Amino acid sequence: MRRGGSLGDTIFEWACRGAGVFVLLLLGAIIVELFIAGLPAFQAFGLGFLISTDWDPVQEVFGAGVSVYGTVVTAVLAIVLAVPLAFGVAFYLTELAPAWLRRPVGTAVELLAAVPSIIYGMWGFFVIAPAFAANLQPWIIDNIGELPLIGIFFQGAPFGTGIFMAAFILAIMILPFIAATMRDVFEQVPPVYKESAYGLGATTWEVMKGVVIPYTRSSVVGGIMLGLGRALGETMAVTFVIGNANRISASLFGPGNTIASLVALEFGESETGSLKLASLLALGFILFVLSFVVLAASRYMLRSRLKA
Amino acid sequence: MNRRSFLLGAGATLSLPIIDARAQGTQITGAGASFPNPIYQKWAEAARAAVGVQLNYQSVGSGAGINQIRNRTVDFGATDAPLTAQQLQEGNLLQFPTVMGSIVPIINVPGIEDEQLKLTGEVLADIFLGKITRWNDQRIVALNAGVNLPAQAIAPVYRADGSGTTFVFTSYLSATSAEWKDKVGAATSVRWPVGNGARGNEGVAGGVRNTRGGIGYVENAYATANRLVTTQLRNKAGNFVKPKMENFVAAATNADWSVPGFAASIIDQAGANSWPIVSPTFILLPTNPQDPARSAHVRRFFDWAFTSGDDLARELEYIPLPAATKTAIRAAWRTQFGA
Repeated sequence: MRRGGSLGDTIFEWACRGAGVFVLLLLGAIIVELFIAGLPAFQAFGLGFLISTDWDPVQEVFGAGVSVYGTVVTAVLAIVLAVPLAFGVAFYLTELAPAWLRRPVGTAVELLAAVPSIIYGMWGFFVIAPAFAANLQPWIIDNIGELPLIGIFFQGAPFGTGIFMAAFILAIMILPFIAATMRDVFEQVPPVYKESAYGLGATTWEVMKGVVIPYTRSSVVGGIMLGLGRALGETMAVTFVIGNANRISASLFGPGNTIASLVALEFGESETGSLKLASLLALGFILFVLSFVVLAASRYMLRSRLKA
Repeated sequence: MNRRSFLLGAGATLSLPIIDARAQGTQITGAGASFPNPIYQKWAEAARAAVGVQLNYQSVGSGAGINQIRNRTVDFGATDAPLTAQQLQEGNLLQFPTVMGSIVPIINVPGIEDEQLKLTGEVLADIFLGKITRWNDQRIVALNAGVNLPAQAIAPVYRADGSGTTFVFTSYLSATSAEWKDKVGAATSVRWPVGNGARGNEGVAGGVRNTRGGIGYVENAYATANRLVTTQLRNKAGNFVKPKMENFVAAATNADWSVPGFAASIIDQAGANSWPIVSPTFILLPTNPQDPARSAHVRRFFDWAFTSGDDLARELEYIPLPAATKTAIRAAWRTQFGA
C-alpha cells in the first residue's frame, strides 16, 4: 500500500511539475519568438522605434509611439472611470443594498463580464458613439473646450469615436472584474471588526474608510490591476470606437490607436518578411513587456504598502 | 423526434450521390483578398454542381493570401493589389484578374441627395489632406452651381484596416493629385493626415452615417445594398459621371490589359463615360505546382466562372471582365501549362 501510494505520489508530483514547467516554457517561448520576429524592426529603427510617432506603410517607416501612447492613455483613463463606479457597486452590494436585491444586482454585474468584447464594440460604435456625438459632445466642446488649461483636452470635431470613447467602453468592460473582486473581499471582512466600529459610533463611511478598505487594500489593488491588464490588451471593442488614426492628438476626443487594435487592423495586409510584419510583431513584444511591467509594478507597490 | 428527422434530412442532403462523388479529390483551396470573397463564395456554390470542383476560399486579406501562396499552403492566392512582374517571377507565380469592382465616395451632408453632389479627384484629395475643411468651401461650391451647401465641417472617414479598397482609393487620389502622391501615396494602409478610421466597409458606412458632414469611400456593392448617399465624380475626359454599372463597364472596356501579369490600371481611365475608380482583383497561381492536377482544377474553376459566372457577378455588383481579356487569360494558361 505504501509503495503504491508513493508511486502515485511520484506520478502526481511529476505531472504537476510538468504542467507548471510547461506554462513557464510556453510563456518564455512566446516572448522569445515575438522578440526574434520583431528584431528586424528594432534593428531598422533602433530604440527610436519605441517613441517614434511615424507609422507610414507607404514609406516603410514604422514607430510604436502613437500606439503605446494610445494603449497607456486609454487603459489609465478607463481605470479612472471604472474604479469609482466599481467601488460604488461593491459598497452598495455589501453594505447598503437590501438582502433580496444583492443577488440579482451582483449577478447582473458579473454577467457584464460574460458579454463578448465584439458586442461592446458594436454597441459603442452604433449606439453610444452616435448618441454621444449628437447630444453631449458638442456641448462639451463648446463649453469645456473653451476653458484655459483643461480646454485643450476637449476640443475637435464631434465624431463620437476617439480616445475618450475607447476608454469609456473599456471602463464598462473592466467594471465587472473590479467590482466583483471588491465585493468579494469586502464580504470577507470579519463582521466583528465592522460591528465593533459601528459600536464605537462610526458612520457607514467611516467604517468603510477605517476598517473595510485598510483590511482589503491589497486585494482591491489586485482587482484594479486585473482590470488594467484586461484594458491594455483589449482589441476588438477598442478597434471599433477609438477612431484608428496613427496620430497623437492632445484632445481626448481625437482619434488614436492602441497596440492591440493596430496589430489587428494591419496584420492581414502584411507580407511575410516585410518590415511592416516585423514592426507589428515588435509591437506585440512591447505590449507583452508593458503588461509585465504593470503586474510587476503592482506587486512592488503592494509590498511597500503592506510593510507600512 | 423533430431533431432526428432534421438530422436525417441533413444527412440526405449532404449525401446527394452526384455531388458527393464529384467532390472527391476535386477540392481546391484559395486564400486572400476579402473584396472578391462574396463572388468567389457564390461561384464556389454554383461550380460545385456545374463542374464538380469544390472551392474552399478563405478571405484572410491580400497580404496574407500572398504569404500563403508563397509558402504553397493553398492552391491559389488572391490579391487586390497586383504583384510586379519581378515579384511574380521570384515567386514562380502566374497572375490573372477575375472580376472588377468599383469604389464610390459616400457622404452625409444635410440636404444633399444620392448622386447629386459633384466632386473631382483633386477636391477629394484635398478633403482627405485636410486642406478643404467645410462643405461650403469655394472649390466645392464652384463644382456644384445651384446646390445649397451648408457651412458644415467635413469629417473624413477612412478604412483603418489594411484593405484593397484603400489601395484602390489612394491610387486614385495619387493619380489625380500630385500633392497626395507626394505626401501620402498609395497602399493598403497609409498615413492619413486627417479624419477618423473605421473597420471594414460597414465601419466606414456607419462612421459616415453617424457623423454629420461625414465623407468616406466604400465598395459600390456595399453602397448599393445599403442605399448610401454617393456622389458624382469628374473623369479624365472632364465629364461628371454617376456611379452606375454602365459607367464601370465603360472604364473596364477602355483599359489596356496587355501589360505583364494583366496588371491593368483602370484608375482614372480615359473614355467619355468611364467611372474613375474601378479596379480588378487578381489570382496568383504557382507556375510550378506541387500537384498539377489541383492546379488544373483551379483553372477549370475559373474557366467555368469566366464562361458562366458573369450574371452572378453582376447580381453582386461586380463588373465581369471584357471578353477579350478572358480570351487573353486562357491563352496565358495554355502558354504556361499547356493544353
